[in-house]
Amino acid sequence: MNQILPAHNIGDYVPMIDGPEKVSGRAKYTADLLVPGSLAGRIFRSPYSHAEILEVDVSEAAKLPGVKTIVTGADCDKTFGVLPIARSEHPLARDRVRYRGEPVAAVAAIDDATAKEAVRRIKLKVRELPAYHTAREAMADDAIALHQHRAKNIERDVYFELGDVDASFAAADLVREASYNCAEVCQNQMEMHAALADYDAVRDRITVHASTQVPYYVHLMLAQILDMDMSRIRVVKPHVGGGFGCRTETLNVELIAALLARKAGGCVRLVVNREETFITHRGRPETDVRLKIGLRKDGRITGVECECIQRGGAHSGYGVVTILYSGSMLYAIYDLHNVRYIGKRVLTNTPPCGAFRGHGTVDVRFAFESLLDQMAHELGLDPIAVRRANLLQAPTFTDNDLMVNSYGLPECIDWVERQSGWKERKAKRNGSGGGAPKNHAQVNGAIRKGFGFACSHYISGASKPVNWTGEPHATVKIKLDFDGSIVVLSGAADIGQGSTTILAQAIAEVLGLELDRVRVVTGDSEVVPKDNGSYSSRVTFMVGNAAIDAAQNLKAVLIAAAARKLDAKPGEIECLGELYRAGAQDKGLTFNEVVTEALKDTGTITVTGNYSTIPQSHGGKKYRGAAIGGTMGYSYSAQVVEVSVDEETGVVTVDKVWVAHDCGKALNRLTVEGQVQGSVWMGMGQAMSEEAAYHDGLMLTANMLDYRVPTIQDSPPIEVGIVESIDPHGPFGAKEAGEGSLAAFLPALTNAIADAIGLRFNDLPVTPDRVFAALERRARAAGHKANGGA
Amino acid sequence: MARMLSLTLNGRARTDAVSDNVLLLDYLREVVGLTGTKTGCDGGECGACTVLVDDRPLLSCLTLAARVDGRRVDTVESLAVDGKLSAVQRGFHEKLGSQCGYCTPGFIMASAGLLRRNPRPNEAEIREALGSNICRCTGYVKIIEAVQHAAKLCAEGLSP
Repeated sequence: MNQILPAHNIGDYVPMIDGPEKVSGRAKYTADLLVPGSLAGRIFRSPYSHAEILEVDVSEAAKLPGVKTIVTGADCDKTFGVLPIARSEHPLARDRVRYRGEPVAAVAAIDDATAKEAVRRIKLKVRELPAYHTAREAMADDAIALHQHRAKNIERDVYFELGDVDASFAAADLVREASYNCAEVCQNQMEMHAALADYDAVRDRITVHASTQVPYYVHLMLAQILDMDMSRIRVVKPHVGGGFGCRTETLNVELIAALLARKAGGCVRLVVNREETFITHRGRPETDVRLKIGLRKDGRITGVECECIQRGGAHSGYGVVTILYSGSMLYAIYDLHNVRYIGKRVLTNTPPCGAFRGHGTVDVRFAFESLLDQMAHELGLDPIAVRRANLLQAPTFTDNDLMVNSYGLPECIDWVERQSGWKERKAKRNGSGGGAPKNHAQVNGAIRKGFGFACSHYISGASKPVNWTGEPHATVKIKLDFDGSIVVLSGAADIGQGSTTILAQAIAEVLGLELDRVRVVTGDSEVVPKDNGSYSSRVTFMVGNAAIDAAQNLKAVLIAAAARKLDAKPGEIECLGELYRAGAQDKGLTFNEVVTEALKDTGTITVTGNYSTIPQSHGGKKYRGAAIGGTMGYSYSAQVVEVSVDEETGVVTVDKVWVAHDCGKALNRLTVEGQVQGSVWMGMGQAMSEEAAYHDGLMLTANMLDYRVPTIQDSPPIEVGIVESIDPHGPFGAKEAGEGSLAAFLPALTNAIADAIGLRFNDLPVTPDRVFAALERRARAAGHKANGGA
Repeated sequence: MARMLSLTLNGRARTDAVSDNVLLLDYLREVVGLTGTKTGCDGGECGACTVLVDDRPLLSCLTLAARVDGRRVDTVESLAVDGKLSAVQRGFHEKLGSQCGYCTPGFIMASAGLLRRNPRPNEAEIREALGSNICRCTGYVKIIEAVQHAAKLCAEGLSP
């Protein structure tokens, strides 16, 4: 008898199951939904940074033939926002505009040209107010409040001290303090925002297709803004062209499309352009970090003080959560016991910032890993040895009550150290090895080479969902009918990260079936169970666990049916995927025969799988907001970056990146590699070239030429090492893979530049201009000295 | 003003009345309904709209539809042969050159253009050919592998 084995896919290289649609042009994104007879929507936006609205005059626009309807702030007095505690934004500004680009009015017309002309005819009369384009200006004593309930424009003030920080500095051999500035950066996902809203005036129902990461939030906010019962709303998420966090919040676009559609009694297609996507970006805020670290000669960190100020933009958005993450995630990577954190999230007259890949953790991690590297060199210690001196021992709880069960950081460090040849290189540079590497090791004309190292980490989903309803954190349904296909119903939003594939893999694995027996239905609130959405890298962990639960429940049904048919006990049934049998001598039943038997009881079978996080993972109560940072599992990353710096031009080239990522268990090695490479590369954009720059609140970089995204010509080889720490709670042991490797790139780069040319860059992005200016300054100072100047 | 536009689109001759100011991109998407070609920016920044005109990659967002009169235009929808993925499509699918998929049609057409004129490109030639296409997901590492895989499949007889 041939040996029969169930099918396996976990841990393989599995191309995405929706890949064929994407490579053939068949995948439909929201803007691809062309509905005959639909109206074209356009938005009129504020040209002012800060102003009191006196009048929105739409009379000339309304006279234009072909204009069907116009909405303004007067049409909706409701507010929205991602956090239940901070919903202060109107879909269309009322009374006041707070940033250039804020939506003020919108038009639906028979075609786009008409809508465009109508928008041109709208007149906004205002009384201008003082505008604050930096956090400092907005916090000044005489600044007026952008929002009445936020004095001095502080959206959230965070302070905590755990341990005794002053004593820890006194006990250190070296204490250093430095300041860092990270420019505001935008997700700049390839698909521009789009919504298609179709209002059924006969039934008073609305269907909204939206380019969102969280259809559930869109559903909630539509109900709030339209003042409509949720049961009358249907939200559909077509293919989504990336998100990186900006689409975790409900955006004005989908809400305005819905307001237009209802008022027009029809279908409105609202597709914004790239400039509009930039000027409403919800990206990572400009962040100023002042960091102080105490270090002992043996490499142990004695204490940390971190002050973080974020220029949050004109509305609350995720602000409170972002500024809390920046503090809480100082922990859970190294063994820290004395930490003081001062965070300020500031409201300013710039576009609202939001959650951007690595939410809240990236800029502080940049500062931390930079200063640690600098101090290691000052003490003559190897930067890698310093990290090793501060590792956690898992399982553990951090001082701020974060639960760490699996901790692959040591293996990540080992991998990049070995793979990059870190030790050999150091030995070569120092002649005999040991001690810190000297600068300027490899010189080739004006090109100097450098190596930099850094670590980072991230959560696998926030343990407490934003909307705490008491439901399980994730729910997956499986339908099985006479045809024997496994139909998975999930609200998990695939935005390109591959969540649909992971669901299919998890369920096929549990049932021992080939992947192609599984079909996944997602993204339509009419059909699929609610999901909390694709944010903070929660889907593989949470929905993956729910999928396993659902598959196990289905397997139990099938085993029971097989047992009945084979006249055996369920415990005697062996499930081999396509074959169920009672012992090796039994010829058994095919999968389809088992399905037929199982259907006799109930007809079409539907099973549910759930997942809930455990209370120990919910973070602590030691300071206000201490729950932020709590997760079921942290991912870890270590990186070595090799650079060439041209001292004549200031151009930095990244020659190679070695990155090791602890994702618990790689369910799909292909997509894990893709996610890790994408994270590293996105970190490279922030570190080297990307910056949202403004003049008087007007974004100067609202296109992909001025907002400099690295091209394929600028981008290095990225070698990925997968570390599998097998998390006790993760699905098959898995944790997140899509965010944790972003942050380490930034400091690894600047540490490499410091290694190459002996100059530290604390302000991002490190553009050739900045490098060149710093080299010039140094040359002038050296010349000054040589000439005997003071 | 509208004029008659005659072209060979994805291997089929067709004629449409098209206004003089209509972009090739909007003609393909909104007149013909071939939405595989994507709009990713406000003009010439990202490469998502790349199509082949007489086998040469061209940004359809910077090209008036009237300009392709009498020409041969191929979009991503034309590549599959008898419903099977072409070499470049397989490369991007199997090697994960595509994540969210939005830039993918542009990358695929630029890659198909490359392989049509140079069936065995080296890495530098791949980077050069794709230098005006932006991807925000992959970091490009797997895009390069995808094109290398496609070249291998072409050598085995698949069409690009």
